[in-house]
Amino acid sequence: MKLYEVFIRAKAGLSHKHVGSVHASDAQMAMQNARDLYTRREEGESIWVVDSSQIVSSNPADKAAYFEPAEDKIYRHPSFYPFDKEVKNI
Amino acid sequence: MYSQGLRDSKAGDDSPELLEAFQKRIDAEEKIEPRDWMPQAYRKTLIRQISQHAHSEIVGQLPEANWVTRAPTLKRKLILLAKIQDEAGHGLYLYSAAETLGESRHKMYQDLLSGKAKYSSIFNYPTLNWADAGAVGWLVDGAAIMNQVALCRTSYGPYSRAMVRICKEESFHQRQGYDIMIKMANGTPEQKAMAQDALDRTWWPSLMMFGPSDKDSTHSNQSMKWKIKRFSNDDLRQKFIDATVPQAEYLGLTIPDKNLKYNEKTGHYDFSEIIWDELFEVIKGNGPCNQQRMDARNKAYDDGAWVREAAAAYAEKQQNNKEVA
Repeated sequence: MKLYEVFIRAKAGLSHKHVGSVHASDAQMAMQNARDLYTRREEGESIWVVDSSQIVSSNPADKAAYFEPAEDKIYRHPSFYPFDKEVKNI
Repeated sequence: MYSQGLRDSKAGDDSPELLEAFQKRIDAEEKIEPRDWMPQAYRKTLIRQISQHAHSEIVGQLPEANWVTRAPTLKRKLILLAKIQDEAGHGLYLYSAAETLGESRHKMYQDLLSGKAKYSSIFNYPTLNWADAGAVGWLVDGAAIMNQVALCRTSYGPYSRAMVRICKEESFHQRQGYDIMIKMANGTPEQKAMAQDALDRTWWPSLMMFGPSDKDSTHSNQSMKWKIKRFSNDDLRQKFIDATVPQAEYLGLTIPDKNLKYNEKTGHYDFSEIIWDELFEVIKGNGPCNQQRMDARNKAYDDGAWVREAAAAYAEKQQNNKEVA
């Protein structure tokens, strides 16, 4: 049995979201198990299953190096550019 | 989960600095995610607690299954089947959460089948009459919800997410149980007597579901500090009693405790001392149904062997076909 991660789209217009995992011998079985396990109450209208070993993830130990530089680039945010109140619609 | 098997904290590297940084994160209400550093004891405690919880959901199907073929109406039968399917689902959500800590589902399940792992003792009691199906939903699931709502804010992310999902579904279980009790309590004198009998037998075991009194609880302190647990056993038990007594009154049933009385001063119900000896006997394996439950699980697992083998053979064949093509 392999481990598959399950992603569900709650409704059209939203993206798929990770909900958990299932065990299955192949992708088709993973899909059926995911349906039985994660959509018993109309939780979704589309399912993705992904072989867990195929997922590449960032390392929590690198969190600082990876994500923190964004903090000193505040000029990327619109709030970095204050104007007088008379300037409208911008 | 995709981080399964990765152990960033190896035995022996629980340095005071790391432990302190970890506690700081917990105190700041940050959630811990699978690949984050965590103390060995935190990981171990979680694996034990989550897998026991999963086992309880799985074994919890059995007392309910006892009534599937004899549910009084087709509607009740369908509801009961849906509930049992939910219990299996809850077990799987929880195994899935425990696997993110590096323990395999196979190993956890084998520990259940061999009798090494524990599950909630409440499921070692029999469901003798149809009203028991109601009492189990109302009281056993009610007590479970009290515990589980508290666990929705537990510090380990995957466990917390599983609990949120479970709580939503568990509420259906409790309400359908109470619905059965309303029908029985307002039925013929015989039906009402069955409802009272079910309450009499289920009440004390339900209170024991919250675990030993705080002063005797071995795991509580560290679990509270790490915010795995967020409320003490005694607090949750009191909350459950306070919520349930008026529900019993509405049914016109009597809770089997002569000392049960509302205390104006504390704003809570006082109740008799719990007699724990019985629970400890059940935990040791001497409850009315321990053997029966384990036999049923083992039989189900053994009888399913051919399905697992067939699925594996089919997957291999598909793979081979792909390689040829």
